[in-house]
Amino acid sequence: MTMVDHIKTRVIPDRLTTPTERILKSWEALLLLVAVGIFILNSFASPYFLNAWNLSDATFNFTEKAMIAFAMALLIIAGEIDLSVASIIALASTVMGLVMQAGFGTPVIVLAGLVTGLLCGVFNGVLVTRFNLPSIVVTIGTMSLFRGISYIVLGDGAFRGYPSEFAWFGQGYAFWVISVEMVIFALLAVIYGVVLHKTNFGRAVYAVGNNATAAMFSGIRVGRVKLTLFMLTGLMSGLAAVCLTSRLGSTRPSIASGMELEVVTMVVLGGVNILGGSGTIPGVVIAAFVMGLVTFGLGLLNVPGIVMSIFIGALLIGVIALPRLFARLKGRK
Amino acid sequence: MNALLKSRESILVGAILALLVLIATRFAGFVAPANLAAVFNDTSPLIILALGQMVVILTRCIDLSVAANLALTGMVCAMLNVAYPDLPIIVILMLALALGAIMGTVNGLLVWKLDIPPIVVTLGTMTIYRGIIFLISDGKWVNAHEMSPAFTAFPRAALLGLPVLSWVAIAVIIVMAVVMARTTLGRSFYAVGGNPHAAVYTGINVGKAQFRAFVISGTLAGLAGYLWVARYAVAYVDIAGGFELDVVAACVIGGISIAGGIGTVGGAVLGALFLGVIKNALPVVDISPFWQLAISGAAIIIAVVFNARADHSKGRVILKSAEHAQ
Repeated sequence: MTMVDHIKTRVIPDRLTTPTERILKSWEALLLLVAVGIFILNSFASPYFLNAWNLSDATFNFTEKAMIAFAMALLIIAGEIDLSVASIIALASTVMGLVMQAGFGTPVIVLAGLVTGLLCGVFNGVLVTRFNLPSIVVTIGTMSLFRGISYIVLGDGAFRGYPSEFAWFGQGYAFWVISVEMVIFALLAVIYGVVLHKTNFGRAVYAVGNNATAAMFSGIRVGRVKLTLFMLTGLMSGLAAVCLTSRLGSTRPSIASGMELEVVTMVVLGGVNILGGSGTIPGVVIAAFVMGLVTFGLGLLNVPGIVMSIFIGALLIGVIALPRLFARLKGRK
Repeated sequence: MNALLKSRESILVGAILALLVLIATRFAGFVAPANLAAVFNDTSPLIILALGQMVVILTRCIDLSVAANLALTGMVCAMLNVAYPDLPIIVILMLALALGAIMGTVNGLLVWKLDIPPIVVTLGTMTIYRGIIFLISDGKWVNAHEMSPAFTAFPRAALLGLPVLSWVAIAVIIVMAVVMARTTLGRSFYAVGGNPHAAVYTGINVGKAQFRAFVISGTLAGLAGYLWVARYAVAYVDIAGGFELDVVAACVIGGISIAGGIGTVGGAVLGALFLGVIKNALPVVDISPFWQLAISGAAIIIAVVFNARADHSKGRVILKSAEHAQ
């Protein structure tokens, strides 16, 4: 992100720490501790928390956001951001509604959602990579544009009456209390984890985020990597649109509004550096659980949604502010 | 560079005039002086916020919390008016400015002292400020009949043919034009955005300049908060929801480079007026108001592409293929 290139130096330690030490001191370990803590706190706070079906319900709080968060994590690691994801959901859901009204069945509806998401991602990616524009502004623009198109199509109306087998994605269960969305979430976690941490493409993502110029000189097609990541983020938003529309059973232009904030919060909470260059998928997975547990726990305590958003906002600033605050205090000694 | 900036503003003036002519062919009454004055008055809050946002963007930051700041300040003013109907308007105005400044200070401190990216800070404070409105108001509305007549009359009171709201916008434009062009404070914003490294060597504290930009943006948002709530005579959690996007759009359309350092007061005002004319013209020419969101989105994208072509610096590309790779 060109907007925030503060003057900064990176400190490289003389000696690398041992693997065990690194795991114990890692952000992920800390986050896991927080997750367990919240889990225990919740089970004391509400007698309804420790119930398999309730816990299964709780996962719906984060599965759709986490699908996008995986792709967003890669995008942010590569030094870009996409603020239009929630609007892509709105547009993809609207297109699915149109396809449904035209009389097509579930497979075509799902395909329409995914393709719309992918095309939105291409649009963002081409603007950023071809025209060399800052992704924040481009996606603030497409954020209005995509949702704006939904408003043009739907106005204050809504699409209803999706076929009953379409409900499987958002309301179905794979087995026992494990929902279809949960299975998709788990599969994607594994896929993204492998792609980011075990493939050349994953290494290229880190390289681009740390130093795009150096990455280019080492033979990485920087523009193509970024374009691919924007397309992935669009595709995941399309997938999230399928799940969300299926779960709600209707489409309104205001669907998923404000979700981009929660997705970015999830990614940052997962330890991904907002300036790019570092972050892990396991971190994002744990962050998804933390956010899901917090919102579910607060929900059981009858805390209204808008108050929860205060927590989310504070969490977003807090997770970035606290380490920097400690570093400052340490530096002063 | 000066010539380029000038041409940008003349292009905008031309675009606005062309738009007006186009609308006049459909509905001649739109270009009557009285109606144009009404359009300016309706665009006043956007102009005030866009000028604050301009300063922030000049220093390479962004403030997405302005609309939430406006809404929270407006709600506090309205609730105060209900609780103490006799409080003079000047006190409420001062309070609105102070409250807005405090919220700007919070943003600014987080950016300056903790070095957190501005987009993250203001995305966070945006939801926090909105959430606080819900907490203090309990989700209830403050309606016209609960507000004192003096409270709602102030922005509408006519002065030399224009409402006070318009005069406030004009005053803000003049003050900002002088500050940006004639004071060390204004020039420091350009210096910080143009080249932060060079700014440090000339003795400018980059973080502090960004902090000041956020305080200015917050203060203007607070001012707009009271005016907004008094003008529409209603306050609730969601007022001006999504308005921060219009504000950023006005700046980008006005030729303020998101990369910092480039932009003028005139550009920001013209960008806001461009959006204002479109917004007011849509119902007149029989286009559903639901088009507005998509139009401002498209306007942002077109403007940002346009800006990138205008201030593209070719001198730094050493390798020919580097141009495409980045």
